[in-house]
Amino acid sequence: MNKDLVQKIKNDPNYQELISKRNGFAIKLSIAMLVVYFTFILTIAFNPSALGTPISSDSVTTIGIPIGMAVIIFAFILTGIYTKRANGEFDDLNNKIKNSIKEK
Amino acid sequence: MNRIFAFLILGTVAVFASGAITGEIQKQAVNMSAIVMFLIFVGGTLGITYWAAKKTKSAKDFYTAGGGITGFQNGMAIAGDYMSAASFLGISGLVYAKGYDGLIYSIGFLVGWPVILFMIAEPLRNLGKYTFADVASYRLRQTPIRTLAASGSIATVILYLIAQMVGSGKLIQLLFGLQYEVAVMLVGVLMILYVTFGGMLATTWVQIIKAFLLLSGATFMSLAVMAHYDFSFGALFSHATELKGIEIMSPGGLVSDPISAISLAIALMFGTAGLPHILMRFFTVSDAKEARKSVFYATGFIGYFYILTFIIGFGAIVMVFKNPQYLDMAKEAVSGGSPILGGNNMAAIHLSHAVGGDFFLGFISAVAFATILAVVSGLTLAGASAISHDLYASVIKKGKVDSLKEMKVSKIATVVLGIVAIAMGIAFEKQNIAFVVGLAFAIAASANFPILFLSMYWKKLTTRGAVIGGSLGLATAVLLVILGPIVWVQILGNAEAIFPYKYPALFSVTIAFIGIWFFSITDNSQNAKDEQEAFEAQYIRSQTGIGAEGASEH
Repeated sequence: MNKDLVQKIKNDPNYQELISKRNGFAIKLSIAMLVVYFTFILTIAFNPSALGTPISSDSVTTIGIPIGMAVIIFAFILTGIYTKRANGEFDDLNNKIKNSIKEK
Repeated sequence: MNRIFAFLILGTVAVFASGAITGEIQKQAVNMSAIVMFLIFVGGTLGITYWAAKKTKSAKDFYTAGGGITGFQNGMAIAGDYMSAASFLGISGLVYAKGYDGLIYSIGFLVGWPVILFMIAEPLRNLGKYTFADVASYRLRQTPIRTLAASGSIATVILYLIAQMVGSGKLIQLLFGLQYEVAVMLVGVLMILYVTFGGMLATTWVQIIKAFLLLSGATFMSLAVMAHYDFSFGALFSHATELKGIEIMSPGGLVSDPISAISLAIALMFGTAGLPHILMRFFTVSDAKEARKSVFYATGFIGYFYILTFIIGFGAIVMVFKNPQYLDMAKEAVSGGSPILGGNNMAAIHLSHAVGGDFFLGFISAVAFATILAVVSGLTLAGASAISHDLYASVIKKGKVDSLKEMKVSKIATVVLGIVAIAMGIAFEKQNIAFVVGLAFAIAASANFPILFLSMYWKKLTTRGAVIGGSLGLATAVLLVILGPIVWVQILGNAEAIFPYKYPALFSVTIAFIGIWFFSITDNSQNAKDEQEAFEAQYIRSQTGIGAEGASEH
């Protein structure tokens, strides 16, 4: 990639929009995952009995079980949300950038 | 070549048959339905290998199946790489023994995937060709960076291979009544066949078929367990607690202090993002779109699989624990506590017998064997490409080598790695190998991941910083594992560990990042300036894929 092309793409508003939107989105989702996971694991480290609370007084099932399952499902949903937006909106923007270089 | 292939197939069958005969003198009875089903699997996958061998003509075909795998297929294959026999039997065994702690462990293994998708998958696909060292060395000096990245890859691969080979030898000995050495050699020979002849295409399909069989088998077992309790988790759990006590429903001793918790989390998260055989899978798809889909499907399959192992572990508590059929009488007489035959890791295997009889036991045993074969194949391919593509083609030949020659070297490397794996498998039979997977993850997290991640996102990274920081991370990880409780106390027999934590990642990853940062920003050489200037073009390509299409040769 030569310097002119680098400059041209860098100044392309579509590129700037792509970078800021996609990176912002990726960072937000990463933080969401990290916060959920570290809250889970640090709760276990500092206060293990919290997750051992039964769901109801007559049940042996603890709240830790649905919470653990929810972390797994949450991780899957996050990948789905990102993939849908990246493969749609972000790739459309990316294609605009690619087309604008071809036109030249 | 076809003749060699046919000869090797016959040889393998002969090894198996003779092994099966000697197996009769073993304690465990020969399980005929398991052997028949396993032979069907081996026959089918060797057929695929034959088909793949005809399509594998260039280095690109060999390393990446020509880049023609779809996102769904690759997702299934990634899940296959990740759902090893160790995680199937190990996690269900952990749930069986400790209940909730097994779930904590599997969640740790899963949460790295979203982060790989958001941060790594796309730039990796857009910058690299065959190995993650392609990306790490994109704008840095080839020789030092490739050497370091290849060392990290090979170390990870060999450690992982040791764990798989020893586990497979013991498992096959138990399931099929084969001798340990015969079992290890059988795995090694079949794996060499798949990889040398069929390359990534055969490895991918072996992985997909195995993932499908494993998910089907695990689904059936879970449904059988749940049907027994009218699909009520409450009823299953309450029966399980009657047998094992209420404490299996809450966190136990797996994560005891905050430092260990964070360190384990870092090792699992960043380690996953630094495993060479996983990273290599991203080059088998055509573009970034398919790479993202791969992670989406893989996360789904892996998450689903972990939920199943949780049900299977509890199913084993209610159907296998205290069931006289699976009780290890000899051990019970000595120590009590109702131990099961073959130890806790056999919980899922016994459960398959409890819900589906001899036939289903045979199926699950064959699937467990297939799982080992598929995982070692993926690992060996990743190790061989580090040797041929990074060390041979880029470091020794400085890139001046044709694709056919490079492919030939990777096939030789595969055979050598296969032999090393067999030798290590036999050498480590009686050793305590509890530390090796942890060490593999620690090295992946402390050496591979920081260099890869910073090369993608940090402009000021220089060759000097990457080499010194990455080496510090690698050395710290190895040193802290040796000085830690598992190696220093349990294996070397010292009274107290010099380094008190089981997982070194928090420290070794931090040291790697600080080392890379410090030795990069203090690097004022002309070389460093050139590398920093090259970042912008690299960043644009990593984000948009512009220029990536031209890089893949035909």
